[in-house]
Amino acid sequence: MSTETQKGAEARPEFKEVVTTSTWQRWMHSDIWHSYKRSPVIIVSSLTFLVLVLGAVLSPLISPYTPFDPASLNLMNGFTKPMSANEFTGDYFLLGTDDQGRDVLSTILFGLRISLFVGVVAVLFAMTLGVVLGLVSGYVGGWVDGMIMRIADIQMTFPSIMVAMLLYGIGKGLIPPDLRDEMAIWVLIISIGLSEWVQFARTVRGATMVERQKEYVQAGNLIGLSRWSIMLRHILPNVTGPILVIATISLALAIIAEATLSFLGVGAPKTEPSLGTLINVGRQYILSGEWWILLFPSLTLLALALSVNLFGDWLRDILNPKLR
Amino acid sequence: MLAFIIRRLGQALLVLMAVGFVSFSMFKFMGDPLENMLGQEATVADRAELEERLGLNDPIIVQYFDFFERALRGDFGVSYRVGLPVGEVILDRLPATLELAFLSGVFAISLGFVLGVYTAIKRDGFLANFIMTTSLIGVSLPTFLIGVFLIWAFSVNLGWLPSFGRGETRSVFGVDLAIFTWDGLRSMILPAVTLGLYQMTLIMRLVRSEMLEVLRTDYIRFARARGLSQRTVNFGHAMKNTLVPVITVTGLQFGSIVAFAIITESVFQWPGVGLLFINAVSFVDIPVMSAYLLLVGVIFVTINLIVDLLYFTIDPRLSVSSN
Repeated sequence: MSTETQKGAEARPEFKEVVTTSTWQRWMHSDIWHSYKRSPVIIVSSLTFLVLVLGAVLSPLISPYTPFDPASLNLMNGFTKPMSANEFTGDYFLLGTDDQGRDVLSTILFGLRISLFVGVVAVLFAMTLGVVLGLVSGYVGGWVDGMIMRIADIQMTFPSIMVAMLLYGIGKGLIPPDLRDEMAIWVLIISIGLSEWVQFARTVRGATMVERQKEYVQAGNLIGLSRWSIMLRHILPNVTGPILVIATISLALAIIAEATLSFLGVGAPKTEPSLGTLINVGRQYILSGEWWILLFPSLTLLALALSVNLFGDWLRDILNPKLR
Repeated sequence: MLAFIIRRLGQALLVLMAVGFVSFSMFKFMGDPLENMLGQEATVADRAELEERLGLNDPIIVQYFDFFERALRGDFGVSYRVGLPVGEVILDRLPATLELAFLSGVFAISLGFVLGVYTAIKRDGFLANFIMTTSLIGVSLPTFLIGVFLIWAFSVNLGWLPSFGRGETRSVFGVDLAIFTWDGLRSMILPAVTLGLYQMTLIMRLVRSEMLEVLRTDYIRFARARGLSQRTVNFGHAMKNTLVPVITVTGLQFGSIVAFAIITESVFQWPGVGLLFINAVSFVDIPVMSAYLLLVGVIFVTINLIVDLLYFTIDPRLSVSSN
């Protein structure tokens, strides 16, 4: 690692000759792009992530079957092996079918869509909450800071996945029983989001306390800007680096948390299965030998979690000047 | 040191009070226990009778103190789902979780320690590098996926170990334990490994980095200069000094083991409190959820406190500097 970074440092003098004109050119000559080009692991993992995201976004267009439309399902197609045609109907399935004759590839694409949606929205929610509380905590200080940080401390005592489960249970209890399935996804998003805000708040608070001492903040105060304007328009842009890193790491955690909760039956409902739900369905058939129902969703989840994780690690290393 | 202990006790109490508050609020303000416990044919008189019996007519502050007083006696009301007292249900399930957590803790510590020391000593060896790379992948694997694949490999394909349940139990001092029977122990292996794997990799990485740090210090170089054998230097001098951070992290990890037992118990249908909790969440069984929250809160706070106090006994430097 250290030899690599030294090479990077030697290559740097040519940077002076570059006249930065457009954003694109600046990006092409940046350290980040330079490091990206040099690490095959990151190229592979970011491409994997891109393919998975595209698959999820385009799932209604590209999936070969419509797995959740009861009208198009044929029970005769049940338990078709991967890469083969069904012996009764002659339909072809690349990754096989499950017990109800749903195409595994299509369910994965739709499941991926739900997993990614829950993960991304939950992280955005956690980020908004954490950043605002962190900014207020770091900038205002005093008893507000004390209270927010005590709550964060108490929440940190418990693993976030347990907090998410508990919040899911509470959320479910607050919703009238007939709406529970419809609202399940949103309950899931809010529980995972609430279980992950602490990291954002702590980091932003620390960075804000450093920024608060600087001249530009004093200048802002002097010309009479409001607190919110200073926090959101002037301090926030200066603390985005760490936020980005935590967001990537949180995304991996949120995706795993979502899959775990759905797998345990306390997440996405059966009518809108995510990858975790699909793995749970597949688990019921390993004893009878239908391995493909379990294996393919698991591999997809693994690829998703691993690629986000690796990307997050790389981003942390590249954005942290101490490690370079 | 006394000030430190008092401060830590105060913090522990604060956390417990906060957890107790959440637990009570859930109990009090969520769901309608009457709706859940009474059948569809219940009369108004039945309703009023149950309401009185559960003490739901008392003022809130009275109910709040009642809650704490009853919690101290282990009385958490009646489960909506199974209709039995929650305290009894939890007490009945607790030994299964504790023995599982214990075995996986032993697995995580012993293997983590051995592998950590090994990878530190043979720093650039092929096997050491292989172990480190594998552990990186292991950390990103979700627990439930590890469990499912262990079942697939060792129960379905090889048929060596049972895939679910607790097996045979034996009563020890009135508590049914599986760890003392051969059948029970066999049932415990897969869940214990699943539960402990993440902690094992964590301990391994920690021991390795601590060990590498210590091996660079002057007194190790001096020990080598004195001509002490590799074994004495590595195990007698270096390993001993990695213990403080390892004990801290290991202690704190025991809490996580209890929390992650929810997932493992669900995968292996292990009849512990974790499985009870996850069933409670899906059935919105509030009394069980709130009692579980309080139980885990007490476990976590106690562990954190013990670990903090252990610092002083293990590392003499700390008590010297605080005096």
